[in-house]
Amino acid sequence: MAKRVLLIEDEPNIIEAISFILSRDGWTVHTHEDGETAIAKVNAFPPDLIILDVMLSGRSGFDILRDLRAQDITATTPVMMLTARGQAKDRDLAKRLGANHFMTKPFSNAEVRDNVRALMEA
Amino acid sequence: MVTFNILVAVALLYVAVLFGVAFYAERRAALGFGGWLHSPIVYTLSLSIYCTAWTFYGAVGYAARSGVEFVTIYLGPTLVMVGWWWVLRRLVRIGRSQRITSIADLISSRFGKSTSLGVIVTLLAVVATTPYIALQLQSVTLSFAVFSNAGGQAWGHEELNGAAIVVAIGLATFTVFFGTRNLDANERHHGIVMAIAVEAVVKLVALLAVGIFVVWGIAGGPAQMLQQIDASPISHWEQDGSRWIGLIFVSGAAFICLPRMFQVLVVENVDERHLNIAGWAFPTYLFLMSLFVVPIAVVGLNLMPAGANPDLFVLTIPLSQGRDGLAMVSFLGGFSSATSMVIVSTIALSTMVSNHIVLPVWLSAHKGQGAKVSGDVRSVILRSRRISIAAVLTLGYLYYRISGGGTALAAIGLVSFSGVVQIFPVLLGGIFWRGATRIGAAMGLLTGFAVWGWTLFLPSFGDGAIISHAAMQHGPFGIVWLRPDALFGIDGMDPLVHGIMWSMILNTLVFFIGSIFSFPTPLERLQGAQFVNVFDYSVGSARWRSSVAGAEDLLIMSQRILGGNEAQALFQREAKSQGKAGYLPDVTSDFIERLERELAGSVGAATAHAMIGQLTEGSSVSVEDLIAVADEAAQILEYSNRLEAKSAEQEQTARALRDANEKLTALSVQKDAFLSQISHELRTPMTSIRSFSEILRDGETTAAQQGHYAGIIHDETLRLTRLLDDLLDLSVLANGQVTLQDQNGNLRDLIDRAVDVAGGDGDGMRILRDRSGENFVLHTDLDRLGQVFINLITNARKYCDAKSPMLKIKVGLVAGQHVVDFIDNGTGIQVGNQQMIFEKFSRVADQSKAGGAGLGLAICREIMQRLGGQISYLPGQGGAAFRVVLPNNKPLSNQ
Repeated sequence: MAKRVLLIEDEPNIIEAISFILSRDGWTVHTHEDGETAIAKVNAFPPDLIILDVMLSGRSGFDILRDLRAQDITATTPVMMLTARGQAKDRDLAKRLGANHFMTKPFSNAEVRDNVRALMEA
Repeated sequence: MVTFNILVAVALLYVAVLFGVAFYAERRAALGFGGWLHSPIVYTLSLSIYCTAWTFYGAVGYAARSGVEFVTIYLGPTLVMVGWWWVLRRLVRIGRSQRITSIADLISSRFGKSTSLGVIVTLLAVVATTPYIALQLQSVTLSFAVFSNAGGQAWGHEELNGAAIVVAIGLATFTVFFGTRNLDANERHHGIVMAIAVEAVVKLVALLAVGIFVVWGIAGGPAQMLQQIDASPISHWEQDGSRWIGLIFVSGAAFICLPRMFQVLVVENVDERHLNIAGWAFPTYLFLMSLFVVPIAVVGLNLMPAGANPDLFVLTIPLSQGRDGLAMVSFLGGFSSATSMVIVSTIALSTMVSNHIVLPVWLSAHKGQGAKVSGDVRSVILRSRRISIAAVLTLGYLYYRISGGGTALAAIGLVSFSGVVQIFPVLLGGIFWRGATRIGAAMGLLTGFAVWGWTLFLPSFGDGAIISHAAMQHGPFGIVWLRPDALFGIDGMDPLVHGIMWSMILNTLVFFIGSIFSFPTPLERLQGAQFVNVFDYSVGSARWRSSVAGAEDLLIMSQRILGGNEAQALFQREAKSQGKAGYLPDVTSDFIERLERELAGSVGAATAHAMIGQLTEGSSVSVEDLIAVADEAAQILEYSNRLEAKSAEQEQTARALRDANEKLTALSVQKDAFLSQISHELRTPMTSIRSFSEILRDGETTAAQQGHYAGIIHDETLRLTRLLDDLLDLSVLANGQVTLQDQNGNLRDLIDRAVDVAGGDGDGMRILRDRSGENFVLHTDLDRLGQVFINLITNARKYCDAKSPMLKIKVGLVAGQHVVDFIDNGTGIQVGNQQMIFEKFSRVADQSKAGGAGLGLAICREIMQRLGGQISYLPGQGGAAFRVVLPNNKPLSNQ
């Protein structure tokens, strides 16, 4: 069975791009746009991997990550964070909160594909 | 012969001219051009409503009947204007600093904002003024009848009553129209004051014209005139010293206490210094008015058939000489005298009735609802004023009907005067004696009212009309010492002097004793100190503690009373003086106090106090509060005013410093945030572009996908361009490197274009406009201004979350500047965010829906600053509301 990826992101065009890239690589991609209800969505769905944007409406990606790591069911689920702000302190914070990988927009499609593959194999 | 129809036509034409004058004056004042409206001459002329039809027609009759005693009626006010200017100045100062709306308001406010005193004074004023209004109606109808009789058509009761009712309705219409057009915070009526000034000139000119005609045209010159006067019985009347003293006193005191005089003297006064001019100009006016009274009376007695009514000599002499034109001028003079008195009296009385009787009742029916009071207080006030005006005139008309319009009315002038004079002791005591109390004032007023009613008012209806003949002769229930014309057995006095003497003595005595033996409440003491020491102590009244009321609640309430523009301007001014931007000042006790005074200008002190009390404390102020407040005020008294001003200044400086510091810290944080924001806004579209271009390059896509992805790339490129344009625009505007175009254009066309560009009316959002109000020419950079409008309309489209979104575009005039308000019907913007939305990249709502970078309002703000206008968020409107203050039509300064 195909592995399931949950993409939490609120820019429609970026959602479409990442969905296309990962589907082509054989993943089942689900998407979610709202920060506030993201945890509920994760728990209802449980995914094999989560791609999480930092700037979401309602709630920041960092807060969501903190909550994900605090609950048993997602404590070890691989999380890859995306940000468009590209500051070093964001990267540090993400690492500290337990993100497995951190990508700065814009990224190349190959980068996304390879990182996801690497995270699933680890 | 002047036909009756021509007379009616002339009267109507004259009224139309007055309408025009009043309307023009209001327009000028509203546009802020009314400099000449505020001239001391207009003020002096407006005082001439002291000269009513009773003076215009009646003075001649008075002279014919009692010789030169009529002079007393002019001497009283002359003495007050010349010798008592310091009392007047004090009244005017108190009136302005306390925002007094009427004499009832003054008394109520002085004695602890007492509702009951307001009611007593109001009732007294209504009772004493009603007959006087009836008298004016009578004089107008009689003068019509004179012309009709001269034309061969004798008028019966039927015609007289018909004319009276037409006049009453006409006056009510005029008064409602110009007296209640708006609730001015200062209760001033520019239109009416101007109309009255015109009428003052007309009546003076009319009387002088008749006088000159009589002296030179009939008597044959001043010398012959003097001979005739010497020979006439008028110069042989024996004058009664006690009546002279009594009448001078009553007319002088009434000059201050009559509701209509208080209205023009104090309430409509725009500048204290006008009193200096009026101090000699008004006595001159009175002198001119009285100059020809005796000659006219003498010639009338010689010329007219025995039994002719001397009250109408001013009309009948010219008519008998075939001088129809002169008679017509004279008619207009009398008409002016009557109408101006009725209009101002009615305004003054209706303000009192509405503020002291109707509103307290309404307020207690809506107690505890605070700012959420259902309905619009403003419209309640205006409606109650209008109904009061109609009611006052109806009362006057009914009195005219009941009294039969006969001679009983002629005597009522002085009776009416002595009625309102009952307010005099309390008024004087209130402004000069700190020991005066509410209880004492109420007791004194009621006593004076009762004695006046018993000795003067009720007997004025005639022997046996209300007080039985037996009671008149032998006292009520046979108690001889209570006889209306001989109280306490003092017999043989002139009834008028007798009534005035007893009512004033007992009134003053009871007021004095009552005050000494009663204990003032803290609020009374405070108000007392303020009134008595008005010249050296101008700080607040009952000070409010910093309270829990939200500024927005107060704004909502104030808008209902003062109207949106007035209230917003006031709040903005207050906020600015605290060093804050926007419309919501900190709710300090100083601010609340000033607000209360502003509101008092519309609804009276007692009501304003109660309304603010409901909001700030949830209930009225407790005694403990007031005692605390009284202590505080006592301390303040000890400091000098200068010290106080200094500390306020320091506080303001400290606040400014604190703000500056916060701004500096915020600025460096902002700079980081700004860069990080730009990075985000640029990288997001670039991500999509890079991703989809790689996908297309990989070449594994269908033709349909290719088209779709190319479309996305195209859109995101545009988004990038737009962002860069905005950033560039903002930076150019902020650095002042922009070149502005001076253009001329019509505001309506500009809004039309903006609405079109922003998606048009309908199509998801309705746009409501007042296109006629938008029709004026602007001189500014129209493209930039249009950019602001487009932005606001587009924002409303994006963010208005109502079920059926609606945007109201409203053009108005605030403090002499044109403003355009954009008000939608959504949930609006929270108080905390109202300032923030003008910052760069601030987006309060859902970002993805917005589609812009959050620079729109920041750009709008820069543009308006460049153009010399302003844009701000307008709280308390229901939905999101933005106000654009249009630039003045000055040349733009390019940098």
